[in-house]
Amino acid sequence: MLQPKSEAELADCLAAAKHPMAIRGGGTRPIGRAVAGEVLSTAALKGITLYEPGALTLVAQAGTPLAEIEAVLHAENQRLPFEPMDHRALLGTDGTPTIGGVVAGNVSGPRRIQAGAARDSLIGVRFVDGSGTVIKNGGRVMKNVTGYDLVKLMAGSYGTLGVLSEVSFKLLPEVETCACLILEGLSDQSAVAALSRALASPYEVTGAAHAANRGGRSRTMLRLEGFAKSVAYRTDALRGVLAEFRAVEVISDPDLVRQMWKDQRDVTAFAGQTGDVWRISCKPSDGPAIGAKIKGEVIYDWGGGLIWVLVGEGHDLRKTLGAFGGHATLIRASEATHARIPTFHPEPAPLAALSDGLRRKFDPKGILNTGLMATAMPAA
Amino acid sequence: MEMPKPNPAILAKRTRIISRLRDVLPHDAVIDDPHETRAYECDALTAYRCPPLAAVLPQSTAEVSEVLRICHEEGVPVVPRGSGTSLAGGALPTADSVILGVARLTQVLETDYDNRFIRVQTGRTNLSVTGAVEANDFFYAPDPSSQLACAIAGNIGMNSGGAHCLKYGVTTNNLLGVTMVMMDGTVVEIGGAHLDAGGLDLLGVICGSEGQLGVVTEATLRILRKPEGARPVLMGFDSNEVAGECVSDIIKAGVLPVAIEFMDRPCIEATEAFAKAGYPMCEALLIVEVEGSEAEIREQLDVILDIAKRHNPVELREAADADQAARIWLGRKSAFGAMGQINDYMCLDGTIPVSSLPYVLRRIGEMSKEYGLGVANVFHAGDGNMHPLILFDANKPGDLELCEAFGADILKLCVEVGGCLTGEHGVGIEKRDLMLTQYTPTDLEAQLWVKDVFDPKWLLNPAKVFPLSVTETRRDHAA
Repeated sequence: MLQPKSEAELADCLAAAKHPMAIRGGGTRPIGRAVAGEVLSTAALKGITLYEPGALTLVAQAGTPLAEIEAVLHAENQRLPFEPMDHRALLGTDGTPTIGGVVAGNVSGPRRIQAGAARDSLIGVRFVDGSGTVIKNGGRVMKNVTGYDLVKLMAGSYGTLGVLSEVSFKLLPEVETCACLILEGLSDQSAVAALSRALASPYEVTGAAHAANRGGRSRTMLRLEGFAKSVAYRTDALRGVLAEFRAVEVISDPDLVRQMWKDQRDVTAFAGQTGDVWRISCKPSDGPAIGAKIKGEVIYDWGGGLIWVLVGEGHDLRKTLGAFGGHATLIRASEATHARIPTFHPEPAPLAALSDGLRRKFDPKGILNTGLMATAMPAA
Repeated sequence: MEMPKPNPAILAKRTRIISRLRDVLPHDAVIDDPHETRAYECDALTAYRCPPLAAVLPQSTAEVSEVLRICHEEGVPVVPRGSGTSLAGGALPTADSVILGVARLTQVLETDYDNRFIRVQTGRTNLSVTGAVEANDFFYAPDPSSQLACAIAGNIGMNSGGAHCLKYGVTTNNLLGVTMVMMDGTVVEIGGAHLDAGGLDLLGVICGSEGQLGVVTEATLRILRKPEGARPVLMGFDSNEVAGECVSDIIKAGVLPVAIEFMDRPCIEATEAFAKAGYPMCEALLIVEVEGSEAEIREQLDVILDIAKRHNPVELREAADADQAARIWLGRKSAFGAMGQINDYMCLDGTIPVSSLPYVLRRIGEMSKEYGLGVANVFHAGDGNMHPLILFDANKPGDLELCEAFGADILKLCVEVGGCLTGEHGVGIEKRDLMLTQYTPTDLEAQLWVKDVFDPKWLLNPAKVFPLSVTETRRDHAA
């Protein structure tokens, strides 16, 4: 395993590399198929480079543990807006999640519907491309349209365009408190209707989820965050908005609310259970119809627009779903299944050509997480 | 500002190109009369002008595709144009280029309140997107000052911001999907009513690419429910430094205003003379706006007013009703118009870390004396996006050049303190030659790769964004 201690060392590694490399942050999010090659880890590129609470800005080296960043922000009553999920329980991994890994996977959580994804908070990157060239884009200010936005391109590129060395974020204030409204026993259809109703209200819902729980009672959850008086006011107002959907229970113990949303964020319901895990992004109102096609467990988030699926092993869910507006990612499966089914959703030919073209430019030697994002399978 | 020399081979086949365009478009959609093409000779950066070879106004994605296919075959550069409000020269043509205007693409295609999006053709103006949904109490968040006139196509091209992005983000944070025509005429759909990309985030790099990667004809935009209420407060301070500290303290206190606007004395004086908004005469003025229910507004304003009081304000005024709120915003919203009344001016758009505000304002003041040109500052303080307005006399020989040199120095200062050349207006031709102060040649090369992939012949808006010397071989090779 290569573990460069500086950006310059990282650049040397990649300039010298002649064979494919498996790019790794903390190794806690091995999403999709295994990547061949020597491991190139960013774990030694550690440290917060700059933190200005008064400017809501943080810059950190890519290998900085996420927990360290969250602790530093917490001390100043601030947070990363997009609530990155922790994949360890779901994927059965251990290790230390890094901020670079969060960016590489564009990892967000339930708050994505209100505060945006990781890519929306990311304002700057430094990375090394597949030839060993150091490239920077964006910076440390939250409004920046100087040249092309490669920052967005790097977010969610899973190390296939370059190895991140430094990332910058805009932050938000931490909230004083939170509350959760719960509706029980709704069908998927009514649940998504209720979530839509709430999200179309002016009450700034920051979490809108529904666990279908076939066989048992379903549970639909809405989260409110902010100053105590405001949360209390909006909780009442939202109950009014949802009056036609069954009785609403309110949970106002912030610790309990935080735990419930942490479980939702990390999909702990599927942790340790056998089966493949898929993640579907769709138009929220399409969610229930998509869910109905699935013979397995489903958990909705993002008001119905994100569906976590646990199904029997080796099954190509994309064939079951057919064409729909959105995409399905195979997050967890056996090696045999991963070898057969592309991890990422196949793109229409012109878009696939653009993505391939970009990869060839940024990784001309074809050595960065080779094949991880490929959507065409090698001929059998 | 240098532009590439027109390609004589293209000028020579002008008649054929226009006739081919007429074959695929309605007669009145192809403009080639030299009197009429003058309307397209510049955008809001009026110091630079050049009529195009022709202008076309297609009415559908299919027509845009036909136009681009023909221009691709003929090797003709295409300059996409929204409403022509760019302050950076983003829509400035060359004599051998075809202007592709989206002005006739104005329809609302789909409104979906359950899923909180609207799908529009991109010639629609920013304000009329909100106009299409406000009867249902929804709005489209990005609100550039030119929102009455500017088109969504241009907003996407420049990744436009506005006064309220501290809370709601800029265009890229509110754009869910596009229908885009590639230079060879291929129509692609990217994103849609769902969130985030399934593969590489192509939408993310298209937004803000200044019309160099494709022509966006339709857009899916996130719409939001209007807040229950909003209220501004106005604060006056006796120095820029103190006002800057106050901004920083408000942000650190955990409240998130939707807008924090800053004006300095020259700007206050000019707008007061013009708009008579009743502003106090002081060194620095802040407008801070919060949103929510009455109780939420009260709670946030109490925190903000407490902080303001600790900075010895010379004025502290909370809007008691809608009329007073409008008066507080009146001066700010007429600031550019007011400055235009008293002078020619050049509006800059650099962004700086909020912490550098006092230093940067002091240095701008010093440089203003050195150059002998006045500056008024009005800007979005919460996110550090400055808008220094440099005053000059367009009729005085040499003044424009002096003004441009001063502007370049201010932008270099922005980069020096950790900021950037442009926060929301775009690079266009205006900041093109300063790109190497912010980025190294290799940083820029990586951006050029993206254009190489999307537009291999370098025909879309080719003389913008990057210094001409950096793109020369690519453009020449293409021709």
